Amino acid sequence: MGRFLQGLFWLAVIAAALFWIVTSPQLFAAVYGRIYKFGGQADLDNGKTIFWVGGCASCHATPNQEDRTRLGGGAPLPSPFGKFYPPNISPHPRDGIGAWSVEDFARAMTQGVSPDGRHYYPAFPYASYERMAENDLRDLFAFIRTLPAVEGRTRDHDLPFPYNVRRTLGLWKWLYLAQDAVAVAAPSAGPERGKYLVEGPGHCAECHSPRNFLGGIVAGMRFTGGPDPEGKGTIPNITQHENGIRDYSAQDIATILSTGLKPDGDSVGGGMGLAVRSLSQAPKADVEAMANYVKSLPPAAGSR
Amino acid sequence: MARKILAVAMLCLCGATVALAQSALDQRKALMRTQGQATGPVGRMLSGAEPFDMAKAQTALDAYLNTTRQFRDLFPPGSDQGQTRALPAIFENRDAFNAAVAKFEADATAAKAAIKDEATFKSEMPKVLANCNSCHTTYRRPQQ
Repeated sequence: MGRFLQGLFWLAVIAAALFWIVTSPQLFAAVYGRIYKFGGQADLDNGKTIFWVGGCASCHATPNQEDRTRLGGGAPLPSPFGKFYPPNISPHPRDGIGAWSVEDFARAMTQGVSPDGRHYYPAFPYASYERMAENDLRDLFAFIRTLPAVEGRTRDHDLPFPYNVRRTLGLWKWLYLAQDAVAVAAPSAGPERGKYLVEGPGHCAECHSPRNFLGGIVAGMRFTGGPDPEGKGTIPNITQHENGIRDYSAQDIATILSTGLKPDGDSVGGGMGLAVRSLSQAPKADVEAMANYVKSLPPAAGSR
Repeated sequence: MARKILAVAMLCLCGATVALAQSALDQRKALMRTQGQATGPVGRMLSGAEPFDMAKAQTALDAYLNTTRQFRDLFPPGSDQGQTRALPAIFENRDAFNAAVAKFEADATAAKAAIKDEATFKSEMPKVLANCNSCHTTYRRPQQ
């Protein structure tokens, strides 16, 4: 009995050590080896575009006030894993990201790691932002630094065990981050721009795809919608299937993105209402490019 | 005999409350539907799919003002039951809801004065339409 327990103890120690190594943010970064050079001058106009397409304000704007550039965080984000409280990302040096370098920002956005080496929860959609080009990261960071510094840290997330064990996200990242090579500059026009904006900063698939019990997007069902992770209702299929938006033209989609109005005159609500508040501030050409890409999504039935 | 009269009176009162709630539901849905029909052309004119037509813009604004004039009174107690997408937030924080309707009214009134041609339509109408999104985000249950 003693030998058995002893064996079990050492097994547990080895398992814990392995877990610690595998979930290491440093190991992940070393294996994928992304290096950013961040040359050149930041382009604040591009930074502003990416800010609105990326929808940063939708989660990080201080609630119960009208200024979408006050990024004090704290608006609760319910999910099947518990309630998240997006942090302060204003350029406040103590309570926000004012003391960060552009490399810190890039690591947060594309690998989901904080400057002190902790994993972020993928409710922060770095699984989409990992596709962003170097220049867009540089410009977005520079733009955020021009916004008002908001005082006050937000509260911790409200997550039950085991979801509150941040380290486990190291496993999630091996499964669900692709870390493909990214360009220095994003495509500036054409279908490539639409695809880049939707799959990267737009992070549309993060809401419009069904997720499995681990919180990863179900393979092969991207953009087919599913139950709203915030708990209220269903998020639509936005592919060209009859269960989706086959009957919407690219023009209709662009109108929805920039005004929230559907062809029947109804207005979108819920989470999409928040998305439209940001997208309505993005340049028309970019919104049209995104609409064209969404219109090109091959039909997929989804689970309905 | 007195008890019978009382019973009948109570039933009538209950019935009246239910009927009132039902009628409020029907009225507010009808207002929203009319508004939606008027908004279809607005969306198309904004995106350039349809040529600008001042009459259609004014029809939409009139529909919005018709709605806002009546809307705050169409959410009596009990009307959160039944076939409605109205969220509890309306009933739990009535002041905020009324303020939202008042803002919509103010924006539509300002737009009615300001919109004189296509250029002012394109610059002023989106401010009115932002109210659609913000109310539907907080006060309307998403599609099931």
